[in-house]
Amino acid sequence: MSSHSDPIGDLAAAISRVLEGRTITELTRLSGGASRETWRFGADGEPLIIQRQRSGDTRDMEVEASVLRAAAVAGVPVPRLVASGRFDEGARYIIQSWVEGETIARKILRDDVYASARRSLVGQFATALAAVHSIPIDDVAGLPATDQMAQYRQSLDDLNAQLDQAHPAFELAFRWLEGNRPASARRTVVHGDFRLGNVMVGPDGLRAVLDWELAHIGDPMEDLGWLCVRAWRFGSERPVAGLGAREALLTGYEAASGSPADPDALRWWEVLGTLKWGIMCMLQASAHLLGFSRSHELAAIGRRVCENEYDIMLALEGRWSTLGVA
Amino acid sequence: MNTEQTPHDVPTTAQLVESVREWLQNDVLTSTTGRVQFHSRVAINVLAMVERELAVGARQSIDHVRRLSELGVASDAELAAGIRSGAFDDRIDDVVAAVRSSVVDKLSVANPTYMRPDDQSP
Repeated sequence: MSSHSDPIGDLAAAISRVLEGRTITELTRLSGGASRETWRFGADGEPLIIQRQRSGDTRDMEVEASVLRAAAVAGVPVPRLVASGRFDEGARYIIQSWVEGETIARKILRDDVYASARRSLVGQFATALAAVHSIPIDDVAGLPATDQMAQYRQSLDDLNAQLDQAHPAFELAFRWLEGNRPASARRTVVHGDFRLGNVMVGPDGLRAVLDWELAHIGDPMEDLGWLCVRAWRFGSERPVAGLGAREALLTGYEAASGSPADPDALRWWEVLGTLKWGIMCMLQASAHLLGFSRSHELAAIGRRVCENEYDIMLALEGRWSTLGVA
Repeated sequence: MNTEQTPHDVPTTAQLVESVREWLQNDVLTSTTGRVQFHSRVAINVLAMVERELAVGARQSIDHVRRLSELGVASDAELAAGIRSGAFDDRIDDVVAAVRSSVVDKLSVANPTYMRPDDQSP
């Protein structure tokens, strides 16, 4: 422990050490989530970003770095990996090139400067996802391969017990998902959180796929379904990321991947994604209700759970006859 | 109009909440920026939600109990357990209709404009 207190100076010095003595300037914090914080800085004038892991995060950032490396080789547009490892004080880090552009969904969906990008993004998303799913699994050892439905079944049970809640709409969704699981699926690398907000977009379209910390091994259709969840349309009526039609996503994906993309499988993953987002809203509200982080903003999210219940009711309208025939 | 007897004077609960919401809207929102302004906006939305629940909550509770009893259960927990076990598979249309009505009630308090126009109360 040093006797002075200059956390920013200490971080700059630590970064300089791992970048072979380059001069670190304008170290500015961009965001601080629960598990990691992101900073922007210049290294001898080159704009870079660093993500530094916090102590509560058990994921291995080296796995994420290896995914980034493999994604670049597979042709996914990603920031260049500059360095990764562990600081002397123990925190893991990833340093990447800074990619200029916009991540805020509402700007991408509404601002005039992105009008041309909006016409090409669905096709570019399809191509990028096909590239993600082409990454050889053996190149990225250490990714979790948990069954998504089982994982969120457990999360819902835990949250229901902690909050003394019951959600008949979510039980209907699980019942439908059990009876309609897509038959056989490819197993590939899955990005896990591919949507507006986690991609860098310029007036020319998709520039970089960001936020790989939820990457795992699973059914590639999970990424396509998540992109269609109503929450990620940010108020737009268009199903795919608020930008386009499901058919355009499926057609573009089939062309880029050479693999068939079944609309029923897409719907199955969209329903599971909607359910998953509803459970994540419960989790955020629980942080307030259980006292980990008292906040009226988190509390209010508890009353947004029913938005996802409503979306499930809409997505499965007229499809309930196929319930529970597993 | 609330016909229940209460010892309290005016303002009513709803009027008290309304007065705080109006202060947040008229004074706090306009004199803050950034994070505090964002959190003021969230607080306004929360109070508006409370006002909606005060207006329709009692009616919704009666409707909810009736929907549950028509399915032969006493609580959402019982309904959820029945759906999970498959006990309702042969009455699925009734269950879906009841669950959908509950969800619409929840959203009509939480965020009415999130719903399709035909699901929003006039």
